Amino acid sequence: MSERTITLDVTRYRPHQEAVPTVQSYAIPFPDDWVVLDALNHIKDQVDGSLSYRWSCRMGVCGSCGMMVNGEPKLSCAVFLRDYFPRAIRVEPLSNFPVIRDLVIDMSGFLDKLKSVKPWIIREQEKPLSEGEYLQSPRELDAYQHFSQCINCMLCYAACPVFGLDSGFVGPAAIALGYRYNLDSRDHGTAERREVLGDHEGIWQCTFVGECSVVCPKHVDPAAAIQRVKVDTAKDWILSLVMPWGQR
Amino acid sequence: MSHEISEHDVIVIGAGGAGLRAAIAAAELSPKLSIAVVSKVYPMRSHTVSAEGGAAAVTREYDNLDAHARDTIFGADFLADQDAVEAFVAEAPHELIQLEHWGCPWSRDADGRISVRSFGGMSVKRTLFAADKTGFHMLHALFQTSLKYDHIVRYDECFVTSLLVEDGRARGITNVNLYTGEVMVLAANAIVLCTGGGGRVFPFTTNAAIKTGDGMALAYRAGVPLKDMEFVQYHPTGLPGTGILITEASRSEGGWLKNKDGHRYLQDYGLGPPTDTPTQRKMELGPRDILSRCHMQEYQKGHTFEGPHGHYVHLDLRHLGQELIDRKLPFVRELVRNYVGIDPVYEPIPVRPVVHYMMGGVHTDMDGKTPLEGLYAAGETACVSINGANRLGSNSLTECLVFGARAGRNAAEYASGMGTPTSNPLAALARDEQHRLDSQFFKKEGGSERIAAIRTEMQHAMEEGAGIYRDASSMGATCEKLRELRERFSRIRLEDSSEVFNTERISALELDFMLDVADTIANGALLRKESRGSHTRTDFPSRDDENFLKHTLAYRTDEGPRLDYAPVKITRWQPEERKY
Ligand SMILES: Cc1cc2nc3c(=O)[nH]c(=O)nc-3n(C[C@H](O)[C@H](O)[C@H](O)COP(=O)(O)OP(=O)(O)OC[C@H]3O[C@@H](n4cnc5c(N)ncnc54)[C@H](O)[C@@H]3O)c2cc1C
Ligand code: SF4
Ligand code: FES
Repeated sequence: MSERTITLDVTRYRPHQEAVPTVQSYAIPFPDDWVVLDALNHIKDQVDGSLSYRWSCRMGVCGSCGMMVNGEPKLSCAVFLRDYFPRAIRVEPLSNFPVIRDLVIDMSGFLDKLKSVKPWIIREQEKPLSEGEYLQSPRELDAYQHFSQCINCMLCYAACPVFGLDSGFVGPAAIALGYRYNLDSRDHGTAERREVLGDHEGIWQCTFVGECSVVCPKHVDPAAAIQRVKVDTAKDWILSLVMPWGQR
Repeated sequence: MSHEISEHDVIVIGAGGAGLRAAIAAAELSPKLSIAVVSKVYPMRSHTVSAEGGAAAVTREYDNLDAHARDTIFGADFLADQDAVEAFVAEAPHELIQLEHWGCPWSRDADGRISVRSFGGMSVKRTLFAADKTGFHMLHALFQTSLKYDHIVRYDECFVTSLLVEDGRARGITNVNLYTGEVMVLAANAIVLCTGGGGRVFPFTTNAAIKTGDGMALAYRAGVPLKDMEFVQYHPTGLPGTGILITEASRSEGGWLKNKDGHRYLQDYGLGPPTDTPTQRKMELGPRDILSRCHMQEYQKGHTFEGPHGHYVHLDLRHLGQELIDRKLPFVRELVRNYVGIDPVYEPIPVRPVVHYMMGGVHTDMDGKTPLEGLYAAGETACVSINGANRLGSNSLTECLVFGARAGRNAAEYASGMGTPTSNPLAALARDEQHRLDSQFFKKEGGSERIAAIRTEMQHAMEEGAGIYRDASSMGATCEKLRELRERFSRIRLEDSSEVFNTERISALELDFMLDVADTIANGALLRKESRGSHTRTDFPSRDDENFLKHTLAYRTDEGPRLDYAPVKITRWQPEERKY
């Protein structure tokens, strides 16, 4: 396989050593089938053991390896060096997040948000396991399936202008995951999720631009979830105006 | 320096399928228990996320528990413990329904029931699936469900370095918090190891980077034996180069394996006759160990293709058509398009055997208990054993649930009976561990060996000596090489002395664990002078029930593993020749 050499300009930041992030350049010989992550692994193994970043599955499903690649949020295990060659590649930590070290961001806030949308089945009454599964038709499955494909990679947050200004915004992935349960025929928890999904001013600042859906590697379309939550919330609000008090 | 010690009732190490199931089982036993879940990656990054094909259980009228048990035992080449297998098949349906109630988006038949598909070595369709992302959906359903229990306390991105054992009991752990670099100490009355497999001791594997056998080494160092480590499963269909798995489901949906002449070669190895639509346990639905050996024989006969990453054959899905591929195998299509640059709807997929799964692991009984009091294990890191000498595909996700739940429940029951965990004896143990970490890793000066170099040499030695075909001389050379690498490891050079998110340290600690795991695999293989399941010796080509119908137990000593053996439990299925 032919080898060419590409330059990676990688953000370095070690909190106790540097006051601000710097950029380090590496010239990497690469075969045709290397992804950006392969180049980072090559650096770590052969050139500079101190470079830090997250990765694991190298097949686009664990969601660990999100980075800004030439300014766009990408899974570094799913973008090929050959597609950028001969230009240099800029590799930076995901935008909009605090940086812990080098390419590692702090995503602990997302874990709290995820919990806040109650991403689990809420039932009025549980059916005993001995009575078997809840039946769900392929159509009922289709209703929520694409919202369940989220790998929590955070690319959508890195692309989201609202989250960029207001880190308190629940944000695209968490809203899509909460909404996924609302759409699940087995779930009765819509009312319990209403407050956190629809309440924050963030969703009203969200425009139809849908940057989040554009960058999502799993076609979750979180922007659609946000728009639908808006519509549902507005409907509830209108309903609350026309309904007599007791029935709200 | 003294460590702050956090106390819990139960510590679960690992947050994959087994660990999360164990944590929920413990949490459901009593809201009063405090359950710690410690994981070196965020739970949803755990390797379970990569599992594609499905999870087996008897859920249909045409099926029965004995059939599932027999397939499993037969597939295991009679090295499975049959009482454990019987418990496994009996509890499997319940566990998978439980996961359905927790929201797992299983694929459905028109009538709303969970769909089932065929899988290698299974005599009927009994593998439940969520398209070809079963592990992903199971893991996320478990993780999201676990969030509703406030008494499950997570320690994300914390790397466990040792088990603290006092007075013959497991009482706590030490772990490095990646964010701060600090060594933390957790105390508990019961500990459950759910740390997954260790495919990364080999160079070419379907396994994620985090699968470095840590839990096996942790237990081994704490005096617990590792069982049947010589049994390593090769999966016949990985992508050359990356090792990314193309799921067996692609064959159960009707894919064909063809050599370079376009011939469905499996019929030449007693797996025929070839049929157009798949027949259970025949041809492409034969078990993995046999299919991987067939590939190697085709290679030796010169019937395989040769590419930049070595020999390969074709997995042909074209006749299945785009509609079926998109509905049942969308991830396969996505992976092949991204990583091979071809579309399986129009072109056959290049595949070759690749290290996939470790049948062996921490010795436990059916309740997940190890010989060390207070220590439990479940999932791929454990060896109960239901997988014996060869696991059947789609049994291991179910195993994570069944034995994860058992281990979690038993650990919680044990812990509740023990009163408040005492942290007194742990301070001294923790100081010793801090000293070991500082002198060997964190404050180590000098050294000349690169981590990556030792790792790569270990991986190649394992492929050479403990690959699909093995013999005494190549295995002996591998054992020798591993001794050399262990010695060189003491001279590794660490370039990064910073505290925050120091992944170089983690790589070094993982390599340290992998060297132990590799040693037990190679030594176990050398002394098992027979061929059984995945363990194929050219110098001892047949199964030898008289001398080797027994489990290997490897105990750690300073001179390397000491091997002992334990009987296999036979209940109702007497060993017979394994022919498909
Ligand atoms: C590509 C692929 C596809 C597969 N497909 C299927 C399938 O279709 N059906 C099937 O039945 N099986 C399948 N398997 C096998 C199955 O996925 C695994 O056996 C199973 O998921 C293992 O789960 P686990 O919970 O034991 O471990 P894992 O999911 O690997 O989790 C291990 C956990 O331990 C933690 N951990 C490890 N070491 C440490 C440490 N030192 N400190 C702290 N935490 C630690 C990790 O962070 C992680 O959370 C597949 C395997 C692969 C590789
Ligand atoms: S919605 Fe898409 S981009 Fe956002 S976290 Fe999920 S998978 Fe990633
Ligand atoms: S490494 Fe898992 S998504 Fe990239």
